[in-house]
Amino acid sequence: MTTTNGSSPNGTLVKDTAPQDGKPVVELRGAGKSYGNIRALHGVDLSVRPSQVTCVLGDNGAGKSTLIKIISGLHQHTEGEFLVDGEPVRFSTPREALDKGIATVYQDLATVPLMPVWRNFFLGSEMTKGPWPLRRLDIDRMKKTADEELRNMGIVLDDLDQPIGTLSGGQRQCVAIARAVYFGARVLILDEPTAALGVKQSGVVLKYIAAARDRGLGVIFITHNPHHAYMVGDHFSVLRLGTLELSAARSEITLEELTNHMAGGAELAALKHELAQVRGVDVEELPEESDLQVTPAAGGSSASDATR
Amino acid sequence: MTVTQATAPATSPSSPASPAAQRDGRTAQRSLGRRLLARPEVGALIAAVGVYVFFFAAAPAFREASALSTVLYQASVMGIMALPVALLMIGGEFDLSAGVAVTTSALTAAILSFQLSVNVWTGVVVALVVSLAVGAFNGWLLIKTGLPSFLVTLGSFLVLQGANLAVTKIFTSNVASDSISDMDGFDQAKTIFASEFSVGGVNVKITIIYWLVFAAAATWLLLRTKFGNWIFAVGGNKDSARAVGVPVNLTKIALFMGVGAGAWFVGMHLLFSFNTVQSGEGVGNEFLYIIAAVIGGCLLTGGYGSAIGPVIGAFIFGMVSQGIVYANWNPDWFKAFLGVMLLVAALVNLWVRRTATRR
Ligand SMILES: Nc1ncnc2c1ncn2[C@@H]1O[C@H](COP(=O)(O)OP(=O)(O)OP(=O)(O)O)[C@@H](O)[C@H]1O
Ligand SMILES: [Mg+2]
Repeated sequence: MTTTNGSSPNGTLVKDTAPQDGKPVVELRGAGKSYGNIRALHGVDLSVRPSQVTCVLGDNGAGKSTLIKIISGLHQHTEGEFLVDGEPVRFSTPREALDKGIATVYQDLATVPLMPVWRNFFLGSEMTKGPWPLRRLDIDRMKKTADEELRNMGIVLDDLDQPIGTLSGGQRQCVAIARAVYFGARVLILDEPTAALGVKQSGVVLKYIAAARDRGLGVIFITHNPHHAYMVGDHFSVLRLGTLELSAARSEITLEELTNHMAGGAELAALKHELAQVRGVDVEELPEESDLQVTPAAGGSSASDATR
Repeated sequence: MTVTQATAPATSPSSPASPAAQRDGRTAQRSLGRRLLARPEVGALIAAVGVYVFFFAAAPAFREASALSTVLYQASVMGIMALPVALLMIGGEFDLSAGVAVTTSALTAAILSFQLSVNVWTGVVVALVVSLAVGAFNGWLLIKTGLPSFLVTLGSFLVLQGANLAVTKIFTSNVASDSISDMDGFDQAKTIFASEFSVGGVNVKITIIYWLVFAAAATWLLLRTKFGNWIFAVGGNKDSARAVGVPVNLTKIALFMGVGAGAWFVGMHLLFSFNTVQSGEGVGNEFLYIIAAVIGGCLLTGGYGSAIGPVIGAFIFGMVSQGIVYANWNPDWFKAFLGVMLLVAALVNLWVRRTATRR
């Protein structure tokens, strides 16, 4: 193990028992998406089951955001199938996904900078009170709820009325995550939620993911960080240039293998060679090409103590 | 003090200024003045007081109650339209057809009632339908084409302007509609849209009351309802709003239809005040509405503003247009004065917003 920054003894937040295979809530079969003549995604299979965390990894531009935008209703797939509860669907707006209990933390956070924090938190799903012609926002309840949810994340804001644009990037990310956790009833999608976060808040986000999973939610967790992914993930999918390069259950892959896969395999070995010629760069810890022969289908963890 | 905390961790619990554990201790409670300044309309209010004092000093006639009533009437006719235009602007769009749409609505009611010899209320209702349809069409076209609203509504502005003149000429062989003052229902409609009453010997037009009631309703809508939340969101960041489930298209179409409703109301007021409509009227007014909204602190790029702001903006407009007359100046100066006001207001707003949102 290269890292043990989790709280439990084995360095992970994964439950002891293997997750039982429920029916997938969300499933993609050979799904793809083209933006005009750019084929951003092609032939991707993915299933999200209750009480499971599906991690999606991949380089920049690999198509991760495109993948989740299909599921969250922001874009429509142009090939393959997208099923919710076994029924083929095609969401035309994110509202439809939200109504099915699918909530998303977008990479760009989807906040409105000039609006107050609490209004952003409840935007699109406002709490109201009173009969129709006089139906109005339940401002006190919304402020109170937003404050509680943010405090649970370890974010204390003195003034929920300040425009969200005045918060730091990480604080904004926390608001977006707290919002999705609050509204996600069945599926929670997080697009690089820890990208701008400090160590403490990253830990909180991982705990949130674990907690959501324990509540029976299906979670899609997109990240560049294999350590984060391995701490909570039950299933790992690696995208590369829009296609699925690896799809493996937790039992089929080790952290080292995942890390190497993520790092770009052979490319990294080549990089190591180049770096070795630059004085002062320590390449000892980088993997050799021989470490990178990962066979995703291989069961067990025989490669877990790969030589270094 | 020479003590600097630059090297201390910002969230350090040892910070003496934050005994309350529940606060992060970095934001001093914003003072009341600071929070007031953060309101979009404060800059306009300061300007309004300034303009009032100025004309109060410069024009003795301006000090009378009847002058105030005239100023308010001027402001109300323009201010009723400035309200939906401001909401639309907060929602991130413009409507350049707003000025001629008023005339279109009035012409529709007048020509239809006269030609078919029906009760004027038929014309009033049809005019409402037409006005709402024009608004809905603007919104629909905007969404379907993805063109900027500036362009889309510039198109409908030209179409309406041309249609106003041409259709009127077809039916009346004239540039104005026929008078409908002796038709069924006219008096009743006039009571509703264009009556006046007396308060302490001063005649007050009913539009002033409507104006203030509509402004209160718009304020409530903006700050206290779901739809108001959506208006700010679609103007502030359309894509984010869509991503979290706000019905962006519906909100925008509704806002354009709101402008249609405003055009209808003002159109009816003009029709029942003057019995007849000049088909070339209204051109250029769309800018006055936008100016009132901007002077009132609405952000030209959307996402920020209030309904009280355009009320103050319209009031400034009324004061300037009448004040120049009361001061016996050449009324040609009006536009120049308005231009200066616009620039000053824009700068004041910019400054106010910067100070208020700076932490
Ligand atoms: N709206 C769009 N129009 C055209 N092409 C797009 C659009 N959105 C994404 N793409 C293209 O699709 C590909 C995948 O983009 P995507 O945003 O899904 O990558 P990603 O895996 O999320 O990357 P990152 O890690 O940087 O977030 C990129 O090549 C990108 O240029
Ligand atoms: Mg992405």
